[in-house]
Amino acid sequence: MVDIPEHLLQRSAEARAKALGISVEQALAEMKGESDPTVITKEPEVKTIDETPTPAAETPAPAAETPTPAAETPAPAVKVEEEPAAKAPDPDAPDEVDFAPEVKVTQRLLTVVKAKPIQKSVSEPVDKVNTWPHLMLPEFVALMAMTAFLIFLSAILQAPLLEEANPNVTPNPAKAPWYFLGLQELLSYWDPQIAGVMIPLVLGLVLWMAFPYIDRNPETHPSKRKFAIMFYTFFLAGAGVLTIIGVLFRGPGWNWTYPWIDGIWFDDLLDWIHFE
Amino acid sequence: MQKLSLRDRIKEARVSASDSFRGGKLMSSIFRPGSPFRKGYVDSPRNRSYVVMNNVLYHLHPVKVKRHGVRLSYTLCLGGLSFFLFIVLTITGIWLMFYFRPTELAYVDIQTLQTSIAFGSLVRNMHRWGAHLMVLVVFLHMSRVFYHGAYKAPREFNWVIGVILLLLTLLLSFTGYLLPWDQLAIWAVTVGGNMAGYTPVIGAQAKFGLFAGLEATTATLLRFYVLHVLFLPFIIVIFMAVHFWRVRKDGGISGPL
Repeated sequence: MVDIPEHLLQRSAEARAKALGISVEQALAEMKGESDPTVITKEPEVKTIDETPTPAAETPAPAAETPTPAAETPAPAVKVEEEPAAKAPDPDAPDEVDFAPEVKVTQRLLTVVKAKPIQKSVSEPVDKVNTWPHLMLPEFVALMAMTAFLIFLSAILQAPLLEEANPNVTPNPAKAPWYFLGLQELLSYWDPQIAGVMIPLVLGLVLWMAFPYIDRNPETHPSKRKFAIMFYTFFLAGAGVLTIIGVLFRGPGWNWTYPWIDGIWFDDLLDWIHFE
Repeated sequence: MQKLSLRDRIKEARVSASDSFRGGKLMSSIFRPGSPFRKGYVDSPRNRSYVVMNNVLYHLHPVKVKRHGVRLSYTLCLGGLSFFLFIVLTITGIWLMFYFRPTELAYVDIQTLQTSIAFGSLVRNMHRWGAHLMVLVVFLHMSRVFYHGAYKAPREFNWVIGVILLLLTLLLSFTGYLLPWDQLAIWAVTVGGNMAGYTPVIGAQAKFGLFAGLEATTATLLRFYVLHVLFLPFIIVIFMAVHFWRVRKDGGISGPL
């Protein structure tokens, strides 16, 4: 038998004494098994069970009846469908109820509430790891590697610096920064209003930003979104090819040149060209 | 009592000095509980949580992340590296500002920087190649996000912010392109600015606003300088803050596929 702390015993004895109308000493004695349990003969008032049982108080057997209102038994929790009508008390209470079955009915079961928590938790368990060290250490290594790479690059490659700016001397060809060279290449094909503005603004910006709202397919696996993958890859390849043409294959007068025959007409890569 | 060797005594003194320093009031005031820099840090799940939770890093990282997200092959660290390159560019950029005047002296300042200032050439190279790298890395980050379908609900709006960040990165790089004030700079910007002139209806005004005149002059140089060192970084930092915040509010990293 587990030792029950004295103050808890005292508290439940007081509750029992109040419920049964006996003295506290008597209730205490009954609980300690020193005297016979009190049997109540008068018919009690019907009480409604209005509290939701806690999930911890799940009992497999249907505790259909409780002997006393104050008895400290687990709240009835039975896996049955909730019924709006009150359940009539079963006169033949199941025998596995371990408290005296001969005690007269003092309480009627009106309804049975399913054992579930009041607050429903919807989150599913996710396989997670601590950010420190599992994310922060690789990040730190990546930062160090990037720093080392950048310093190495800066040590061996000199950023270009041509003659001082002169608005009167136009270089031939005049090229934009490399990330705009695909656009400059397009400009040589089409009307500037289409190639220079409508494509970057409408296609590049508005369409690009709105992409999640256009692509309503919720799948993320590549095999289930082949069109989107194709579309992006096509765009990527197109932009890449146009940029490479603009950087390497365009010479004076924006004419087609071969970098291995005519050289590279892109001053931003000045030092890269000499570096071989 | 056994006599300790000199080596052991030095080690003991070092450990005790380290403990009294790391456990002292100064270090305790700087580093919050759970920090590995404090005395008595032991590797436990509780302390691992504290390292993030009791740290300014908690603004950036949650205590725990999805296991598949820490695989290098999933993100290739591209988003983090974009941010890191921005920090490198900020540091080198501030350093360069000490030696640069956005006037007709700009070109001379760059020449002086390259020839007469300690590490001037290296820092300038880092700033330039770092900028190119950042454009590339941001673009690759966007591609990675696309191929993982990570822009899908509930992350649609973070994709929009991401596109704005790419645009701001391009604008930062473009405005910086003019600052060396050499032939390469002025004509690249002229070509780019002329493209803005083809905008329907407001083309002429857009070009005039960009150049602060009809063509690239030192007025343009000042304008691009202010945009480059003050306005655009200010805007991009705000968008970055929202971007990082949304990553966490939208449920952390996407996936697994």
